[in-house]
Amino acid sequence: MRTGIVRHIVQFVLLVLIQVLILNKIRFGGYINPYVYVLFVMLLPVDIPGWLLLMSAFGMGLTIDLFSDTQGMHAAATVMLAFVRPGVIRMISGRPVFDPGTIPALSSMGTRWVLFYILILVFIHHTFLFFLEIFRFSEFFITLGRIALSTAITAIMVYIGFLLLDNPEKRNR
Amino acid sequence: MRNLFSFIARNYFFFVFLLLETLALIMVYQHQHYQRSYFASSANAVAGQVYKWSSGVTDYFSLRKANQQLAEENARLLHFTRESFLKTDRQVFTFRDTLYQRQYQYVNAEVVNSSVSRRDNYLTINKGKLHGIEPDMGVVTFNGIVGIVASVSDRFSSVISLLHKDMQISARIKKNDQIGTLLWEGYDYRKATMTYIPSHVALSVGDTIVSSGFSVIFPKDLFIGTISDFEIRRGDNYFSAEVELAIDFNKLKYVQVVNNLMLEEQQTLESQSENTAR
Repeated sequence: MRTGIVRHIVQFVLLVLIQVLILNKIRFGGYINPYVYVLFVMLLPVDIPGWLLLMSAFGMGLTIDLFSDTQGMHAAATVMLAFVRPGVIRMISGRPVFDPGTIPALSSMGTRWVLFYILILVFIHHTFLFFLEIFRFSEFFITLGRIALSTAITAIMVYIGFLLLDNPEKRNR
Repeated sequence: MRNLFSFIARNYFFFVFLLLETLALIMVYQHQHYQRSYFASSANAVAGQVYKWSSGVTDYFSLRKANQQLAEENARLLHFTRESFLKTDRQVFTFRDTLYQRQYQYVNAEVVNSSVSRRDNYLTINKGKLHGIEPDMGVVTFNGIVGIVASVSDRFSSVISLLHKDMQISARIKKNDQIGTLLWEGYDYRKATMTYIPSHVALSVGDTIVSSGFSVIFPKDLFIGTISDFEIRRGDNYFSAEVELAIDFNKLKYVQVVNNLMLEEQQTLESQSENTAR
């Protein structure tokens, strides 16, 4: 349990640094900005208490806001992601009961499960974020395009994150 | 009452969500309506420091380009120095010349963080309150307008970029002195739109756009860019022109913050005459 918390804190710091120092500086064709930091919320244990899940997401979002001049925007979108997460997990899981402390991973959940999990959550997060950023519907279709492209790229990066984190897990078991 | 508590306890997940989401949205709202609100801007000391470290590393990669840019600027400035003019008239008396009075002061600054890919873009520069920078000062380079200072901390300032949906700048077509409004519609960071140009004006591709000097923030005749396309949009009775910006916001490294020394005088006068007219 103790090592689990340390692990999540390390993931938090690493993802913030990757997001702020690398991804926010790369411009993929001008429009697209991947937000890979959402991986942090996705990797929290399945049975984490609800308040802790929401608070962690809020903390993550606020930290990203601090670094990118988007006061509250990432916090709002990430809290939204955390709010729908339990529902999404229930929806895509065939088996309703998990071992306590299960962390979403390729080895324990399978590729299909992880892919659905990533795509749904990233799409909800990005939709909320991009419309909050625009704050009007006059550029609706352009925004939709940005959401689709960014969702695809973020999802790919998050999936790579899952792949990278998977191997040591397998060796432990 | 007990029922209420048990209801909240049963649905606490939803209520915590509601609380945090509301908190976040209030912050978004405050930021959008009071641009100077301070809490989570990267002018914030912590973020500013992290960006300073990061910039300290990445600066080395662009040294060659920075040198070249500085050399070009030097050459340009040398062009205007007194040494490059031959004094032909011994009667000229320049000491304490009251014909010219300084209106603009420039503070040199380095961009430590910026974005171009969002709809509302900001920059962070490494000069702040200690260097005399205040909110609402203009930020320019030798070939164009960069933005307006939104908030300052001791050593950093956060700048609203020209690439922001709330930015509208008064601009002038150089060849016929027509005034229009320059704004960014959010597709391509190399291109802005100049709108409200009267439909009788003769435009052509390649026309030079400069700043008008009508705002109290930016000096006049700063080169902004050239027209690359123009049209009368359906339902409008004025031209909208696509302007190719001279500044590449993606590789912007050094900027100048403009301090208008006569700003207060002009604003007081203008508000006075508005009041008497009323």
